[in-house]
Amino acid sequence: MEASDRKRLLREMLFARRFEERCAQAYQEREIGGFLHLYPGQEACAIGVLEKARKGQDYVVTGYRDHIHAIQCGADPKEVMAELYGKETGSSRGRGGSMHIYDVDHHFMGGYALVGGPFPLAAGFAKAIKLRGGDEIAICFLGDGANNQGTFHETMNMASLWKLPVLFVCENNLYGIGTAIERASSEINQYLRVAPYKIAASQVDGQDIDVVMAEAEKAITHVREKREPYFLELMTYRLRGHSMSDSGAYRSKEEVEQWAQRDPIGIYKKRLEAAGIIDAAAFQAMDEEILEQIENEIVRFALESPEPRVEDLERYVYVAEGA
Amino acid sequence: MAEMMYWQAILRAHDEELARDPLVFAMGEDIGVAGGTYKATSGLYAKYGPERVIDTPISENSYTGIGIGAAMLGCRPIVEIMSVNFAWLAMDQLMNNAAKIHYMSGGKIRCPFVMRVPGGTAHQLGAQHSARMEKVFMGISGLRVVTPATPRDAYGLLKSAVRSDDPVVLIEHESMYNLKGEVPDEEFFTPLEGVKVMRPGRDLSIFAYNISVHWALQAAERLAKEGVEAEVIDLRALKPLDRAGIAASVRKTHRALIVEEDEAPVGVGAEVMALINEDAFFELDAAPVRVHAKDVPIPYNRRLEKAAIPNADDVVAAAKKLLGK
Repeated sequence: MEASDRKRLLREMLFARRFEERCAQAYQEREIGGFLHLYPGQEACAIGVLEKARKGQDYVVTGYRDHIHAIQCGADPKEVMAELYGKETGSSRGRGGSMHIYDVDHHFMGGYALVGGPFPLAAGFAKAIKLRGGDEIAICFLGDGANNQGTFHETMNMASLWKLPVLFVCENNLYGIGTAIERASSEINQYLRVAPYKIAASQVDGQDIDVVMAEAEKAITHVREKREPYFLELMTYRLRGHSMSDSGAYRSKEEVEQWAQRDPIGIYKKRLEAAGIIDAAAFQAMDEEILEQIENEIVRFALESPEPRVEDLERYVYVAEGA
Repeated sequence: MAEMMYWQAILRAHDEELARDPLVFAMGEDIGVAGGTYKATSGLYAKYGPERVIDTPISENSYTGIGIGAAMLGCRPIVEIMSVNFAWLAMDQLMNNAAKIHYMSGGKIRCPFVMRVPGGTAHQLGAQHSARMEKVFMGISGLRVVTPATPRDAYGLLKSAVRSDDPVVLIEHESMYNLKGEVPDEEFFTPLEGVKVMRPGRDLSIFAYNISVHWALQAAERLAKEGVEAEVIDLRALKPLDRAGIAASVRKTHRALIVEEDEAPVGVGAEVMALINEDAFFELDAAPVRVHAKDVPIPYNRRLEKAAIPNADDVVAAAKKLLGK
């Protein structure tokens, strides 16, 4: 991979981190309402996998921790932030909120709040692709907790049975909200759970973006060429709470600190420094430039955008006639 | 104009839509090789193949979700749920996804998804095969709900549902698949909104839908022999309800009777009464009355089952009471 691309990936991860931190600040300032689920710690997963996808062509869906997946598909971060601020310029015109970001133009088909709900949707995208005859694939990002839903088993069965071109990415962050995986799943290794459905699967480190990209490339090639599902488990960790209202009582400070040593941004930064691609000063400059962009472009856009009109409350319940 | 059975009308609508648009597909339990529990998809598997007439595993929630996902990319799936009771299992995908995706994406995604369910009670199928879920479907923002009472509407409503860009639930009826009726030979579309006057009258309005339309028509026939001219209105679309059409009939007859196969607490009867209160209260000569199922899980025993579900006798009795006779 070119040095410029590696630098870009580092910037994308750092941007994701700063974007989410800024969201947390806005939430504490009550500029953002509802529930807010942030991505710090897991950046290498979405960014690494989507680097190997055909962005804007492959169809992507995820759960409620969706801001970064949308942005990596090509959504304008200004529109994502405006959505969080509930504005008419938001990616869902202020009707969706943090858990329901959409960018149809870039084939980001949404974030969903019901755990496990997107499994069949992704299989449905793959079914549509198959009927249309294209070579796109569907990619479904969900957490380990979703694998205890019936939709997981039902969808794995049908995706395998019907040879649907869908990549399931399990971002295993070891907790379903506050319940540790060993207390919720009789099989801790999630990739083993699709074996009975005869779906190819693997498990790799989700904190090292080089590892993620290498495995994602294999997985995506498998789905695209064989036109059948693949299940990729990425071992990761959220450095923040499940949502902003998380007490954190279920895990120790030591555990969080230990995982912070394996921060995906730290790992990659060190690697790029060793390769002479970036130095401390350049990283610092990159960070400042990101913070500046977030504040002066993104947050400003969200703040200055208009709210939806109350007269439009009932728009979009049904598709308007002639629309 | 050909006479055909309700199931044949549904089959014809399927066949025409599958032939017209390669992105239309049908899926459900036993609809392909076996031809469908009520034959409504018979012969289609041989004609269109397994990619477009899909036999699903018994996984209602997820095959519903697969249909919804395909609809989000522009396909037009027709998902059959074998019995309305099984639709409870698909409610997550139907109400959390199909009904809400257009709205919560700010109008950016369409979900032209069709679910067909045989609603209602048949004969001694017991509590878990006799559900009526119209009250549930019609309470969900974002869905359209229609209920064909005749072969003609079974065809026309399914045709319109497939062409609609909104998610539509069609509530059919287990006891009506062999019902015969005239269906025009040429292609036509029945609107997904609006009531239909089945029989004009001046003395009272009987609002009904699905199988209860037939009870209402039988009752009107008998009432006519006693000099009472009942107007029978097929609500046909339960969501959105045609409040203007309901009020118009009440303005004409000044008396309203609602007949529903569902049990009473919460439902079509309660909703229509509320609309009449809001829109035509001062037109009323008497308090509206509803005829409905008893609030019990439907029993197996034949006598008990019969007692739980209303019929034409109940409609006649309620009409007379409403008229002070």
